[in-house]
This record gives sequence, C-alpha cells and structure tokens, in this order.
Amino acid sequence: MLKQTPLCDLHLKLGAKMVPFAGYQMPVHYGQGIIHEHLHCRSHAGFFDISHMGQCLILGDNAASELEQLTPSDITGLNMGAQKYTVLTNNEGGIIDDIIITRVEAGLMIIVNAACKDKDFSWLKNRLFGRCTFKDLPDQALLALQGPAAASVMAKFSKEAAGLLFMQSCATTINGLACSISRSGYTGEDGFEISVANQDAEQLAGWLLAEEDVEAVGLGARDTLRLEAGLCLYGHELNEAITPVEAGLQWLFKKGHKHFPGADKILQQLQHGPEKIRTGLLVESKIPVREGSVVVNNDDQALGIVTSGSFSPSLGKPVAMALLERNAASLGNTLYALVRERKIPVTVTKLPFIPHRYLR
Amino acid sequence: MNHLPENLKYALSHEWAHVEDDNVVRVGITDFAQEQLGDLVFIELPELGRKITAQEQCAVVESVKTASDLFSPVSGEIVAVNSTLEDEPEQVNENPYGAWIFCVKTTDLSGLDKLMDADAYQLVIDQ
Repeated sequence: MLKQTPLCDLHLKLGAKMVPFAGYQMPVHYGQGIIHEHLHCRSHAGFFDISHMGQCLILGDNAASELEQLTPSDITGLNMGAQKYTVLTNNEGGIIDDIIITRVEAGLMIIVNAACKDKDFSWLKNRLFGRCTFKDLPDQALLALQGPAAASVMAKFSKEAAGLLFMQSCATTINGLACSISRSGYTGEDGFEISVANQDAEQLAGWLLAEEDVEAVGLGARDTLRLEAGLCLYGHELNEAITPVEAGLQWLFKKGHKHFPGADKILQQLQHGPEKIRTGLLVESKIPVREGSVVVNNDDQALGIVTSGSFSPSLGKPVAMALLERNAASLGNTLYALVRERKIPVTVTKLPFIPHRYLR
Repeated sequence: MNHLPENLKYALSHEWAHVEDDNVVRVGITDFAQEQLGDLVFIELPELGRKITAQEQCAVVESVKTASDLFSPVSGEIVAVNSTLEDEPEQVNENPYGAWIFCVKTTDLSGLDKLMDADAYQLVIDQ
C-alpha cells in the first residue's frame, strides 16, 4: 500500500499523473509535461511537494558534536539557523545517505531521502542512543519553491524568509501558519524549502500556487533540474559502496576531522586521489544516454558507468553523469557510452551543466 | 474520452497500423502510448530496406524519462521512415495518429489479424 503526502488530493485536483516513488504515491508531472515544468522552474518558479522526504530532530546540548562523529563535515561550527549539506558514512567509507542538517533552537534538524528514511533513522537512533534524543517529525510536510521568481513570491509571504541567504533558515509564520523556511533546494536555482505542519500544507500550497509566477512541478522535472545542476541523487550517484571523495563531495569535509565512520579509507582517498570519480558527460548525439550505460574508450576498454542520464530541457540535448576511472575523467576527453550496442560519443565536462543561481 | 480512429488496427504493445495500397502497412504509436511516455525527445528510426519479421523490435521512442521499443506488426521490408521525427520527435506527442514512424511492405497481411480493432483496444487501455 503506497503512502500519501498531505498534498495527495491537491495533486489529483491539479491533474497530476501519479507514480509510486520510495513507497509514496507522488506526482511525476501535472499534464503539461516534464519539459514544460522544467523550463517554467528555470524561467519563473516551481512549486514542489517533497513531503515524502524524512524530517527529524536531534535534541541535546551535545547534538552537534555527536552528529559530527557521523559525518565528515563541520557541524559544531554551524551558527543558529545555518544549514550544511553532508553525508552519513558507513564504516567502509560508503554513503548511507546525503542529508541536510540545520541548526535550530532545539538542536539539529535533519532532512533525509525518502527511500533512506528507515535506515537513516535507525542508524541515527543506534549511534546517538544515550547521548542525544532522537525525534521523528512525521507530522511535518515539506514544500519547495524554486526558480528566479521564488524570492519575489516569498517576499509577499515572509520578509524574514526572503531576506535569508543560501543555506540559512528561520522559524517564522506565513499568514499565521508556523513554518521553518530555508534558502535551499535541489534545482540549482535560488529558492526555498518550507517545513510546515501536515494539516497546514494544503493551505500554504494553495497560496503559493495562486501566485502568477508559480506552477506545480513534479518529480520528473525535479530529476532533470537536479541533473542539469550536477547534484547527486541517492541510489544513483551515491550509495553504500561509493565514497564522498569518489562522488566529488570533498568540499563538504571539515579540515582535520578524522573521527567519522570510514574515515581511514576516505581520508586516504582524499590524500592520494580516488580510483574512480563522478564526472559530467555532454552527449554528442541526440540519443539519450541513460543510467547503467557502460562508458568505453576508443579501444572499447570499459572505464565506468553512467549513474544518471536524461535529456536536458535547458540545453536541448542529452547530458549524463558517470562514475569513471580517474585517469579517463580529464575534462574535454572524448569517450563513448554504449547504447543499444552503439558507441555514442560523450565529452567529459565540468559540473554543473547549468550554472547555479544561489543567493550567497 | 477521445475516440480511437476506426480505420486503424492496434497492437497490445500500443502501436497503430494502417493498411495502405500495395500491401504497405504504416505504423505509429497510439495517443495512449505517447501520453504514458510523456515528452518525446528522440526516435530511433529503422534503416530503410531492413527486412523484419512480425513482432521484431525495429524502432525506439525515447521520452525524457525512458526508452521504449517499437515492434513491427507484420513481416516485410522497411520502405519508408518519417525522417522529420529526427528533428521533431514532439510531433508524435502532438499528433500521434498523423506522425507515423515507419512503413513496412509485406507479402503477408495475415499478421494484422492478430491486431485489435478500435473497440478491443479501447478495452485494453481502459483497464
């Protein structure tokens, strides 16, 4: 039986095509199609229901120092309201999940991937048992407003939120509804993510969607938007066998931090370079290159595998990300992705494909 | 509900087929298929002159999210492909029964007997 978010009725009213995703019934698009929604988000603003994602609180004075032992990042240095994108690592250096940690009055708020919710929560509960209090937030919905018009729309509802910079958050109200709002997102655009009580979610969604610049965007365009922005998707670029160094996430490391699961392997890779590395691929053909496609060189030697691939609506051609042998991953290198036994030329390119437009 | 064209035959794999003069069968995908796939971004057409047997995979339609195989309803030879789809695959979204994909010249039209008429196909997609 698929779970529903508090906005399920609203999605159906908006004409969404619903699909199963991570155990939830979720909108893939709303009738005008993925490309339309994608381009609308890039040019105006998109509204997303991301309530399937997990939210929890870690309470206690020592929450930050304890959580820092579970990630390679600086958590103790987070100022009130500040956010950090990081990963939970396993003892082998692989990634349990990529998460966002926010310092709030009560401790730390964490947002995790829907498909990883159960394993993350039990990992956190076990590791923090007796040290901090873990509190699941199943009664909170999560909405996102993304795109160049997001800030002007938000300014009509919350001046405080509209004044935030990227990866800052505040606790505030919108027309009397209590919200936690952060300047963050998963599209590469400026925008906001709003945690609000389940019972208030539909009302807030209705207000945002009533704005002329705002259209609902489904999971289909959420995926193409994040791909263009070069952002990792758990289960694709990231998994329990891929380290954060291989995923190109060393920018989130705290310098000198050595006490987190898998640190030996991860720090060794950081020093000597990993054998494989996440890269962008521009596809020099109209043929989309998709996840699982093997990447080879001129001599048909396998060098890696495509982790995500799709048509880029902004560029009008296919793009992909791949995990490649490091010596093959030099920028500008021409390789081939195998599609239906054909060699499709691809060029190793830097990420993101579309520049980020975060307000820093 | 959109009415399915009565002059076409339909496959379970959501192709439509139209029998033309000289035992030529024109093939495309149904409105239901294009709606399920969503925005099409690439169509891999079969090679002209290729000999195919009925139910053989001979083209691929790719949407933003996924790639889907197309099968020929009859055995024969590919005698025409709609090359305008190479630059404008979205024609299939906009006009699925006009934007044909390929034509097969066959010596054996009996393969068409396995296809459905509009009423039978309607039952399939209503399920």
